[in-house]
Amino acid sequence: MSLTEERTATAAPQKSAPSRVGLRAIGVVLPLLLLGVWQLLATAGVYSPAQLPPPAEVASAFGDLVARGELWHHIAISTQRVLIGFAAGAALGLALGGLVGLSRTANAALSPTVQAIRAVPSLAWVPLLLLWLGVGETPKIVLVAIGAFFPVYTTVSAALSHVDPHLTEVGRAYGRSGLPLVATILFPAATPAILSGLRLGLAQGWLFLVAAELIASSMGLGFLLIDSQNTGRTDVMLLAIVLLAALGKLTDTFLGFAETRLQTARR
Amino acid sequence: MREPAGLEFSGVGRAFAVAGRHRQVLTGIDLTVAPGEVIALLGPSGCGKSTLLRLAAGLDAPSAGTVSVDGRPVRGIEPRCAVVFQEPRLLPWRTLFRNVAYGLPRGVTGEPARQEVEHWLRVVGLDAFAQHRPRQLSGGMAQRAALARALARRPGVLLLDEPFAALDALTRLRMQDLLAEVQREAGTTVLLVTHDADEALHLADRIVLLGSGSDAGSGPGSGSGSDDPEAGSVVRLVLPIPGARPRDRGDTTLAELRASLLSELGVNVHGRIQA
Ligand SMILES: Nc1ncnc2c1ncn2[C@@H]1O[C@H](COP(=O)(O)OP(=O)(O)OP(=O)(O)O)[C@@H](O)[C@H]1O
Ligand SMILES: [Mg+2]
Repeated sequence: MSLTEERTATAAPQKSAPSRVGLRAIGVVLPLLLLGVWQLLATAGVYSPAQLPPPAEVASAFGDLVARGELWHHIAISTQRVLIGFAAGAALGLALGGLVGLSRTANAALSPTVQAIRAVPSLAWVPLLLLWLGVGETPKIVLVAIGAFFPVYTTVSAALSHVDPHLTEVGRAYGRSGLPLVATILFPAATPAILSGLRLGLAQGWLFLVAAELIASSMGLGFLLIDSQNTGRTDVMLLAIVLLAALGKLTDTFLGFAETRLQTARR
Repeated sequence: MREPAGLEFSGVGRAFAVAGRHRQVLTGIDLTVAPGEVIALLGPSGCGKSTLLRLAAGLDAPSAGTVSVDGRPVRGIEPRCAVVFQEPRLLPWRTLFRNVAYGLPRGVTGEPARQEVEHWLRVVGLDAFAQHRPRQLSGGMAQRAALARALARRPGVLLLDEPFAALDALTRLRMQDLLAEVQREAGTTVLLVTHDADEALHLADRIVLLGSGSDAGSGPGSGSGSDDPEAGSVVRLVLPIPGARPRDRGDTTLAELRASLLSELGVNVHGRIQA
């Protein structure tokens, strides 16, 4: 976001540079193009309607599910799982990443273990979580939290341990140590990196949500996906994918908005 | 403003262990700076000027001897000292106003804090830029803000580590005048590390020359020659500067001092046309 802004800023004096709104509009071109290609492929007989239903059919599936009142339910439960899981995982990632980034002892003690746990592929957790936590909401939320935790943990610990030592020295020279040093120097210096870590964590939260819902669920967009496969409803399957993309983008936009606000406030 | 403080180094030594090897940087530094005095610290690169300054600030601890401010030994960060580094080191996420406020002593808040910050911003001529960010400033402006931040700490001793070295010649002269003015107003004790003999002659009451001790006083060109890496730097020379500050930059008696100072620093001045 800031990149595009800078580009417009530098390009402005030359020729007729595209405006900010214009640049935003360019981002819509590719999705429209993809939609066109989809329509073309679906109607040209390259794929059968069972393999690739045209966009209109997906839209009508959307209408059906909305009319039956099911869709909101799926969307709501998935979003809820992601938000709760992300909040928990991000909070833990911030806390543990902060500890590891700020304290060399904590880093030496915790880092190897966390790295090892991180290496476990997401799906490997599912059987264990089901065994321990049953089939309710908890295992799904925990899996999302695991997914959100690692990007946040990694970026926060790296950002805090790489703060410009010159600035840390200013903090010390002006009498800050301990918590005041963290609050006035280390944390503000690491904030941009921390925010992008949060965005990564959120994206990975959605990833892990689908993993959880595909395997053990009776609700949510991941369930809709696997259910549509079982019932041969490709239109619903595509709908679920489109919705996942839209929701992921939407939640990321909120965080991205916070990021831009912060950057402009600092400029 | 807090009262100017005296600064004393007695038998100060500092050694570092670099890659397992012992490296003595400073040895037996004895120096007493009177309250309100301006000392310029000169010496070849790497002789330990910054190290000595950091010892006074409490950013580092001596391996031998003691540093004291007004008779009390420095332990940890010294609240009566304020440092200006070679780079402005402003916090990029804070406005200029809040950067200067960062220097305020603990306990100064609310309206008095606001007035104090505005006062120092005015002194360094940046009152119109209070709401600007550091990246919107020129190098000279940023360094002035850093000076204001240090002054907001109401230091008894102002420690300046080559504060003007990165500035262009004209800005540097302006900053020197500003420092002289601020010092006169506040009466602060100043320890100024510099590479610039003219700057030292213009601003200081005394010039202290650091360097290797083994070949002290053996003539021009010897300063950078037979350094004994094991020995560490000592105070080679303390040179009182005649006349009241601020001095005329074109003063002829200073020209002689300048020549002898440069030869002490290992610069051959005899072959050059002197201004
Ligand atoms: N933390 C440290 N660890 C190891 N060696 C150090 C440390 N700080 C300084 N030194 C060494 O001490 C010596 C003196 O450093 P210092 O920065 O005080 O020199 P200086 O006189 O300020 O030089 P310059 O004029 O180039 O700034 C250098 O050789 C440096 O390598
Ligand atoms: Mg130095």
